[in-house]
Amino acid sequence: MNLFKRLMHRCRRKSPFLFHINTGSCNGCDIEMVTCLSPRYDVEQLGIRLEGSPRHADILCITGPVTRNTLEAVKTVYSQICEPKAVVALGSCSGSCNVFAGSPVIVGPIDKYIPVDVYVPGCPPHPDAIIDGIARAAQILADRGVSEAAKGEAQK
Amino acid sequence: MNLSFLIHFFLFPGLLFAIPASWFYVWGERKATARMQRRIGPPLLQPFYDFVKLFGKRTPSRHGIEADLLLLWPALSVLSMVSAMAMLPVFSYSQGFSGDAILLVALLEMPSICFILAGFTSGSMFAEIGAIREAILSVACNVVFLLSIVTVAVTENTFRLSDLAGVSWNPGHWIGVFGILLCIPAKLRLNPFSTSSAEQEIYAGPLTEYAGAALAMWELAHGLEWVALTGFVATMMIPVGGWWWLHALLFVVISFAEVLLLSTFAAATGRLTLEGAIRFYWRWAAILAVLAAAAAVYVRFRP
Repeated sequence: MNLFKRLMHRCRRKSPFLFHINTGSCNGCDIEMVTCLSPRYDVEQLGIRLEGSPRHADILCITGPVTRNTLEAVKTVYSQICEPKAVVALGSCSGSCNVFAGSPVIVGPIDKYIPVDVYVPGCPPHPDAIIDGIARAAQILADRGVSEAAKGEAQK
Repeated sequence: MNLSFLIHFFLFPGLLFAIPASWFYVWGERKATARMQRRIGPPLLQPFYDFVKLFGKRTPSRHGIEADLLLLWPALSVLSMVSAMAMLPVFSYSQGFSGDAILLVALLEMPSICFILAGFTSGSMFAEIGAIREAILSVACNVVFLLSIVTVAVTENTFRLSDLAGVSWNPGHWIGVFGILLCIPAKLRLNPFSTSSAEQEIYAGPLTEYAGAALAMWELAHGLEWVALTGFVATMMIPVGGWWWLHALLFVVISFAEVLLLSTFAAATGRLTLEGAIRFYWRWAAILAVLAAAAAVYVRFRP
């Protein structure tokens, strides 16, 4: 890797912006995720910022088993995030639908529709686990940026 | 176009100083907010990381006039802020890019106008709501801002920036400086006047549709706004005369102190509604500003 690529890799790893979408979660995971921004856990130390618009984000955090109503919204939001991007599935629901599996209104889990990079199981997951998951996703994101750039050069 | 102009535009207080300073000031704001909330806050290089990372994003391709306009607005904001920085009379004996306070006020208003236009150009509903709020807020705070500058100008009997700079023991000077400080939170869209870019409430305000390099330009323009606005107030607090390096040092120290003051104020307050913000500026601040300007005019021209 040359100097510029190393700088970009470092910057991507150090500054993951999140966009959070609730796909029918009971709000337990959402509360735990917001806890990460609080003084006790303070994810801003890792450069993590919760963004208002998916266009600004790098990492999509998904909570909840996917309900029929939210499926299209999740797909839209996923497509609005600019490359390189990563997806974190927070909680047991987004990983396996949890106790809602088999319900007629649930069409999840989310990895049937969009690629998920990190699963953070738990009902709800501990904030430490969420931070660990986001940090891993940031690493994946940075590596993906480098590999995509290499692929682009190979195509040329 | 002489050497002095080039130094002011490209070296100090222009590009070479202003861009790292904008990252440093934005870090100072985020760190001060974090400390107020008993957090540790972001590392020193965080704004730099954000800036570089945004340049590495692949943005959706747009076509037509909107695509050009959406890039033009942040570029225009950055350019006008760097020009405003170049005009600041940091060294009282030299004037690089000579102009007066009226030109400076016009340049300082550019990012706000570009922000509004960007909101309308992007065509997003949330961006338009943010743009309307920014337009109303800009009208509200500019009355006080302009009257404060008039107060200082009448007290010093000039609009020339190099004569406005420097400490004066005239109370009119300090009332004017206080009035300008009162308007900076609204111009920087800080709490309690952050309705226009109300995060989460209207997604990301006028910048909802922005991504990648164009968003990085907006972040840079916002940082430069910090540097230019606090720097403008700082030039009015530095004593005239003395060594040039002491002037530069005092300029940085005073403007960074203002950054800490403003971000502490922002962290300590909640977001006002648009009506609340207008009521603050037009009912309380404007009355005081009119009285101050009238008093300054009376003192200057009394028979």
